[in-house]
Amino acid sequence: MKNRPGPEARQQKGWWGAYRWLVLRRVSQLLVLTLFLLGPWTGAWLLRGNLSSSVLLESVPMTDLLLFAQLLVAHGLPAFQAVLGFMVVFGLYLLLGGRFPCSWVCPVNLVTDGASWMRARLGITGGWRGSRYTRYGVLLLVLLSAAWSGVLLWEWINPVALTHRGLVFGLWTGLLVAAGIFFFDLLVSPHGWCGRLCPTGAAYSLLSYGALLRVDATRREACTDCMDCYLVCPEPQVIDPALRGGSLGLGPTIVGVQCTNCGRCIDVCPENVYEFAFHLPNKSRVAL
Amino acid sequence: MGTEVVETDSVAKEPRGRRPATLTKGGKEGTATAGMTRRGFLQKSAGQAVGLGVIGLLLWMHARSSDAQAAVALRPPGALPESSFLGSCLRCGLCARACPYDTIKLADVGSAVAAGTPYFYAREIPCEMCQEIPCVKACPSGALDPGLLDIAKARMGLAVLADQENCLAFLGLRCEVCFQVCPVMQKAITLEMRPNTRSGTHALFLPVVHSAHCTGCGKCERACVLDQAAIRVFPRGMVKGELGHHYRLGWEEKEKMGGPLVPEQMHFPVRKPGG
Repeated sequence: MKNRPGPEARQQKGWWGAYRWLVLRRVSQLLVLTLFLLGPWTGAWLLRGNLSSSVLLESVPMTDLLLFAQLLVAHGLPAFQAVLGFMVVFGLYLLLGGRFPCSWVCPVNLVTDGASWMRARLGITGGWRGSRYTRYGVLLLVLLSAAWSGVLLWEWINPVALTHRGLVFGLWTGLLVAAGIFFFDLLVSPHGWCGRLCPTGAAYSLLSYGALLRVDATRREACTDCMDCYLVCPEPQVIDPALRGGSLGLGPTIVGVQCTNCGRCIDVCPENVYEFAFHLPNKSRVAL
Repeated sequence: MGTEVVETDSVAKEPRGRRPATLTKGGKEGTATAGMTRRGFLQKSAGQAVGLGVIGLLLWMHARSSDAQAAVALRPPGALPESSFLGSCLRCGLCARACPYDTIKLADVGSAVAAGTPYFYAREIPCEMCQEIPCVKACPSGALDPGLLDIAKARMGLAVLADQENCLAFLGLRCEVCFQVCPVMQKAITLEMRPNTRSGTHALFLPVVHSAHCTGCGKCERACVLDQAAIRVFPRGMVKGELGHHYRLGWEEKEKMGGPLVPEQMHFPVRKPGG
């Protein structure tokens, strides 16, 4: 009876080996948040704005994909800086994997990972397990509502934007939605927000088709079916083809667009089956 | 519980907790839809459709209620008309960050203004009308119109002398604070002299707002010495009247014509009793 993955990996690889990517990910998430807060706190404006749109070092604009798409359908092409910001974000996550920001940047990930951890802690296993494709329905609804009304209706309640804006601009009631997401994931649906509903993640996942950074199950023959990676993965459906698809002629690279490149499977695997690798357009592969 | 936590939803529709040993793809058994009846599928789809519909409905209702209340808050200079603004603002707060006076705030959830959009309250911190207009320059999406180069052409709102019963000028006192602080002095607010009918011997100096020059910066409302401001700035659409488009003002037409519109004075016969 084990309900949490990790002990074997810790035994085999030591603490750092078993938590490396998780720690780096938390550092990355907190770094982004700190950079945004450094301006209002100390006057060092390294990163200005919020995740909807921002300016890095007073020069590099960045615009969120879903925000940009909504503007486009609601009101037409925005001013040049927003377009440039969209291209920067598009290029960046084409390189790092479409849903890379879901697990390395988005503050909501801290909330849903927390809910997931609490679920395992409390032994809650039930809940709504709706289709993993529901999020594309939500995405479609968000865009249709914007196109129909000419107004960014979704942004009234977009929990991702509200959470981040709440943190950066001190709008505390906006953070209530973060609490809402926590309890939704904890009590109503496992991985319910990030894994089934979030239209922002759905938009970024579409970029994953051209992603260069991916997780490879390089040593999949060493797999002992301990299931730890399935247990820890927020999108376990992406693991199967890469890990067990050998007999069907499928490659060891995780190509599922919903993979967020969080790297937890790499951490928890005691057999070192997984690794990060850049898959360059000329088919060459650079393992990290 | 063990492997019960494993989710198999998109791998194969097996009962939770059991996974197929190998991945079967399009085989006779164990395909993605095996184990799901038509009724189950329909129920699931209907459930999802209802869920999405509820979300859409909530959004719509929320948008409607916010629309109705978003009145007293003013938008930063250069803001597009409200409906266009709500369709083009990214809610990034770069304008708020660029404002040197912390005039511009971002709306919180459930406030009168659409969540995350910039606004200011004239009575709290009015717009100081920077020559450089940094907020407009910071806007990445063009929701604050980059075509606004002269801050005097900004139209954030319109000042209205809303309470003539309590305005000190109307009471016959020489207040004139709103007139003195107006950045578009002598144009946006002028003082009109009227006789003070109460005393019979004094004059009233009444502040009068001219919409052709008022930027809606809010400095008059901020400066009003009353406990509750007598002069207030509202979004233009709320207070500005509009003539019917078929209306023509006779005296203006006369000026344009350079003479009377009716060719000559009509003469009527003089009717006298017994005439």
